[in-house]
Amino acid sequence: MKKTYKIEVDCPNCALKMEEAVKKTEGVIDATVGFMTLKLKVEFEENADIDAVMKEALKNCKRVESDCEIYL
Amino acid sequence: MTTKQKKILIRIIVSAALVLLSFFIHSDVILKALLFVTYLVIGYDILLKAFKGILNRQIFDENFLMAIATVGAVLLGDFFEAVAVMLFYQIGELFQSIAVGKSRKSIKCLLDIIPEKANLVTENGIEEVDPDEVETGSEIIVRAGEKIPLDGIVTEGNTTLDTSALTGESKPKEIFEGENVVSGCINLTSVIKVKTTKTFDDSTVSKVLELVENSSMRKSNSEQFISRFAKYYTPIVCLLALLIGVGIPCVLSMLGFNAEWNEWITRALTFLVISCPCALVISIPLSFFGGIGCASKNGILVKGSNYLEALSQAKYFVFDKTGTLTKGKFSVSEIKTAEDATKEEVLFYGAYCEYNSNHPIAQSIKDAYEGEIDPELIKDVTELSGLGIKAFVDNKEVYAGNLRLLNDLGIEAEEIAVGGTVVYIVVDKKYIGCIMLEDTLKENSRLAISELKKNGIYEITLLTGDNSVASEKICNELGIENIKSSLLPHQKVEELEKIIKNSKEKETVCYVGDGINDAPVLARADVGISMGAMGSDAAIEASDIVLMDDDPLKLITALSISRKTVGIAKQNTIFALAVKLGCLLLGAFGLAGMNMAIFADVGVMVLAVLNAMRTMKISGSVKKIHNHKNG
Repeated sequence: MKKTYKIEVDCPNCALKMEEAVKKTEGVIDATVGFMTLKLKVEFEENADIDAVMKEALKNCKRVESDCEIYL
Repeated sequence: MTTKQKKILIRIIVSAALVLLSFFIHSDVILKALLFVTYLVIGYDILLKAFKGILNRQIFDENFLMAIATVGAVLLGDFFEAVAVMLFYQIGELFQSIAVGKSRKSIKCLLDIIPEKANLVTENGIEEVDPDEVETGSEIIVRAGEKIPLDGIVTEGNTTLDTSALTGESKPKEIFEGENVVSGCINLTSVIKVKTTKTFDDSTVSKVLELVENSSMRKSNSEQFISRFAKYYTPIVCLLALLIGVGIPCVLSMLGFNAEWNEWITRALTFLVISCPCALVISIPLSFFGGIGCASKNGILVKGSNYLEALSQAKYFVFDKTGTLTKGKFSVSEIKTAEDATKEEVLFYGAYCEYNSNHPIAQSIKDAYEGEIDPELIKDVTELSGLGIKAFVDNKEVYAGNLRLLNDLGIEAEEIAVGGTVVYIVVDKKYIGCIMLEDTLKENSRLAISELKKNGIYEITLLTGDNSVASEKICNELGIENIKSSLLPHQKVEELEKIIKNSKEKETVCYVGDGINDAPVLARADVGISMGAMGSDAAIEASDIVLMDDDPLKLITALSISRKTVGIAKQNTIFALAVKLGCLLLGAFGLAGMNMAIFADVGVMVLAVLNAMRTMKISGSVKKIHNHKNG
């Protein structure tokens, strides 16, 4: 299961940090952040509760970069 | 400018004015108060973010560093320094944000092919709907000046289309009733009614956009290198900073020297500000993204940065013949008969046998046959890969194929040595005659081959299933030295593998085909390039780079874009690394102040972004080749 989200982030290194943070979230197999497209592509584990996973992912992102946003 | 950027700009202007004002104030207390207010005006958000960062245990981000540096200055009583550093940093950030915003916008413009609406024909007249909601098989109206929202067949009206957004070809294309149209093209002259054959998600325009957007996610080797580099770089730099800020003064005081804590901590902070890897992290992906965007503007879809990188190292080109270097439009030039068969009979069995095939040769035999074809008469059609077709026509066993097929069947026939393709017809185990077809070269094939040679391609090879006479003639015309003819599809893969085996590392082997029955070869090549793929899912699926129209000169454009992109990416890496390392050294020895540190951080990034943006404009210099052809 793959989904794409719009994101808001200011600097490219912060985008890398976000990518790492989302990847570490439980239920996520892989994640890629496109800094230029401002998009986040997430691959979820099967039967993962996507809403819950993304909420957790956003929390993790906020922790590494307070000024970022994922539009869920 | 966004509201966020405007807000910062206003703060910068206000603070700059306050700083100017401060030059005319002589009372020390008022001056300090004024500068402190200015400091808060320009830096409050940084301080806030830094505080949040500390709460989240994210020290060592930029905000934290700027906060420490300026708060340090304030505590030491140097208010002016604090304001100056903050102001300079904000100006830099604003520049950076504008530069990134600009490049995002131009990339968006590059990809501005998404249709916003569809005019759906319903029982209550025409309704304007989201293209997403249109079901397959619906009828839509496309007026002059509108974008075609979904792929489909024209059921009413003739018009001309501007396909440039997809193919880069500026010449309008004429479209008649009954022909296929693809989404993303602009209807130029008159209203047409289109019956949709695909949903919006499956339509060409969505596929193209998805492909280009995702392409930046398939990272090139150099991008992966930078990501890995950044992972080790940050902790190493932090450690070095700690060494400079704490380690050195400790050692100094232990040895009995004056530790100069202030000086060393300032140096450590400067060091950290310089170290931000943003310029490095952005410059390469952005260069590739620009390059891929530029390619798609020219009708060249690149599926990933890695393929663009591989193409730039291309040393071997392997071509398919039919439909790639030749037009793939055959015309029947002659019909020979054997025994007592008539020409009409030969053509009759040929056309019936090939009825279900969509190979270009089959198409032209069908075109040459003037009568109606009754599909009821055709039974049990078997495609004999690389040989021909077997079918039962009017209860007779019919074979249509090449000389090898006849050899396999053990049937004797004269070998006809012409520069075209020959289809032999066998009815009830008896050879009754053959149909000779000729294919013509594409206009730009010769120029493309000679340009490839000029562009440092070592070896160009032609792999074809056709007989050697036909292919040799074409190779002579084109100036290709290596030919492997009469190949079956799996032999094409074997031949390609031989070439790949002979190539050295970092020498890419590219295969160029039309995506019809050469998918395995496309997939096996280092870079598989398919041609004339507009609207053909199979070709888009199988290849790494897709030329939307079928002009072989686009190969030169692609090659040139790839090389320039990789060149610019390299420049950026070297530039960013060199400036960073230089400034880091200067910072460590106390020769670079905070202002220089901010330049090394933000300034380098802005320059890298601007340099990377050049990739989007590569097309201009490539066009010269095309003009040269006309002149």
